[in-house]
Amino acid sequence: MSTPHAALDRVDERLSDTKDARGLVSSSLRNIRDGDLGFLPVVVGLVIIAVIFQILNPVFLSSINLVNLTLDSAAVGVISLGIVFVLLVGEIDLSVGSVSGFSAAITAVLFVRHGWNLGLAALAACLVAVAIGLLYGVLLTKFGMPSFVASLSGLLAFLGLQLAILGDQGSVNLPFDSALVFFAQLAFVPAWLSYVLAALFAAGFLLARLGVRRRRTRANLSSAPLGVLVGAAVLLLVALEFAFWYLNRARGVGWMLVFFLVLVLVANYAITRTKWGRSLLAVGGNREAARRSGINVSFIYWSAFILTALLACVGGLLSAGRLASANLSSGTGDVNLNAIAAAVIGGTSLFGGRGSAFSALLGTLVIAAIANGLTLLNLESSWRFVITGVVLAVAVGIDSLARRSRANHGRA
Amino acid sequence: MSTAPGVDVRPASGSGQPLLSLSKITKSFGAVKALTDIDLQVNAGEVVALVGDNGAGKSTLVKTLSGVHAPDSGTFLFDGRPVHLTGPAAAIDLGIATVFQDLALCENLSVVDNLFLGRELSPFALDETTMEVKSWELLRSLSAKIPTVRIPIASLSGGQRQTVAIARSLLGDPRIIMLDEPTAALGVAQTAEVLGMIRRVSERGLGVIVISHNMEDVRQVADRVVVLRLGRNNGTFDARTVTTQTLIGAITGAEDHA
Repeated sequence: MSTPHAALDRVDERLSDTKDARGLVSSSLRNIRDGDLGFLPVVVGLVIIAVIFQILNPVFLSSINLVNLTLDSAAVGVISLGIVFVLLVGEIDLSVGSVSGFSAAITAVLFVRHGWNLGLAALAACLVAVAIGLLYGVLLTKFGMPSFVASLSGLLAFLGLQLAILGDQGSVNLPFDSALVFFAQLAFVPAWLSYVLAALFAAGFLLARLGVRRRRTRANLSSAPLGVLVGAAVLLLVALEFAFWYLNRARGVGWMLVFFLVLVLVANYAITRTKWGRSLLAVGGNREAARRSGINVSFIYWSAFILTALLACVGGLLSAGRLASANLSSGTGDVNLNAIAAAVIGGTSLFGGRGSAFSALLGTLVIAAIANGLTLLNLESSWRFVITGVVLAVAVGIDSLARRSRANHGRA
Repeated sequence: MSTAPGVDVRPASGSGQPLLSLSKITKSFGAVKALTDIDLQVNAGEVVALVGDNGAGKSTLVKTLSGVHAPDSGTFLFDGRPVHLTGPAAAIDLGIATVFQDLALCENLSVVDNLFLGRELSPFALDETTMEVKSWELLRSLSAKIPTVRIPIASLSGGQRQTVAIARSLLGDPRIIMLDEPTAALGVAQTAEVLGMIRRVSERGLGVIVISHNMEDVRQVADRVVVLRLGRNNGTFDARTVTTQTLIGAITGAEDHA
């Protein structure tokens, strides 16, 4: 078991865990006991939700319904991914719903009523969103206005602008042959390509991990055993291929879903593997420490707010494409809170400095599953709100309890 | 002595001139004279303790040295050359690092993350392996007792956090390091650990300035003790021979050594 030369990072006798398979299992169990729950609550929650709805209505886990579920998730998921960035720096943007609706309205009005090119219209909406994000950033860093208040004002103001530019008709229908509607409703990955993409992803995962392992071993640092890495990659491959196969029994894997997944992966890379992402976490953890380390704190805040607004805009466009219209209710109602709730349910802390891009993916699946399941049961939307609210309360409760437990066990 | 890469160890300057030399430094805030005609010398490889009662001007002096405040008058020689610090960044560029009392660590980030915060290697594809190796080499060279560098700062004790903060300031390759109350709120063993670390830092050829209220610690770790009282020098003592009684006398003004 033991290596002749202890790795550079395994010398201290106080270290009780090992990096072999058994050590990994025992250290993950200890993490969970100490309150470092990771994605466990949300995954368990998803399984419970799936089981309950499947018992109540066997359509729930059918391929047809899951295809719908994934498409429903993508738009809110993109908005929620944006929320992850502001939460990481310990701020909030309550106006993502309004910004998404406003962006959809801008695009639809320019495209349909003024005959602009769709790409240009979307670009205009994106530029407006960037300006909104920058505005929040400047209000926070230059005027010290809490983002809670700034974005609450924005929620109302941009909703008003959305209504204003939609005008008396109140609704703009997007033509079905437009690229946006096609992308959001009809564009599916060919079955063979979906399997190839899944295989490529698993292979990429394995290669990246093997590369890390090789570099660490060369530097005389401990690393996960080969078997664990290969096992994880195989598990990932099987899970993805199965999921895609299951979706392919119906309409298949939507390009919109792939788009969302790619965004999540890119965001995850940016957060975990770049200096900018490290700075986000540092600002969220201890703003003063980040400033003294030479991090441009204002820039980090601005970039987080801009990304949030930009992703809200993209999510709004996807949502408009899915409904083939931009109207008075685009981005209103529960869009805002669903997006924020999804990030929190997925495990991104409201208190800053802790979170992951994957929390947007998992949390959105929970929210979308509840909405979808309750719709299948013909429950009124009133009950949907109640149940989503309860799930959010449970998620935040788990977060708070885990936070306290982490503090007791000396973890961040 | 093993050295970490990135931490350049310079020999004590052979010419015998002090690394840092202040003379007649004066600083006023409005009508209040915070510092009056302060003299201070720090040689390479020397630990200088700065002691004084509250309001004696220790913090103002440290802030002057770290570029936060510009002195009103007086000469500031670094390596024999007159310098004029325009801001904290200028002080760091010159090679004067400061570890403030609040340490300024991000509790949610790991030891490696904190050590390299703001100077990560390869910003668009973080080189975690090299950063971890360099962290280990640096911490080992300081005989720091950190079990693993991949745990968040929140998991560490006060002494370990102080260790990380000192190690981080060394990564910037400074010539002088200033520590503000490094042993405040530490237990016996942790205090000993941090004091040992301060000695090891000075053995690398760095000049160390330590602010402390604890006379035991001061006499244990310092070579010289500089006492400030009401913004003026009130004596410089050899830490090996001075008694706590004398130091307290100088701090409180019972004895005048100006």
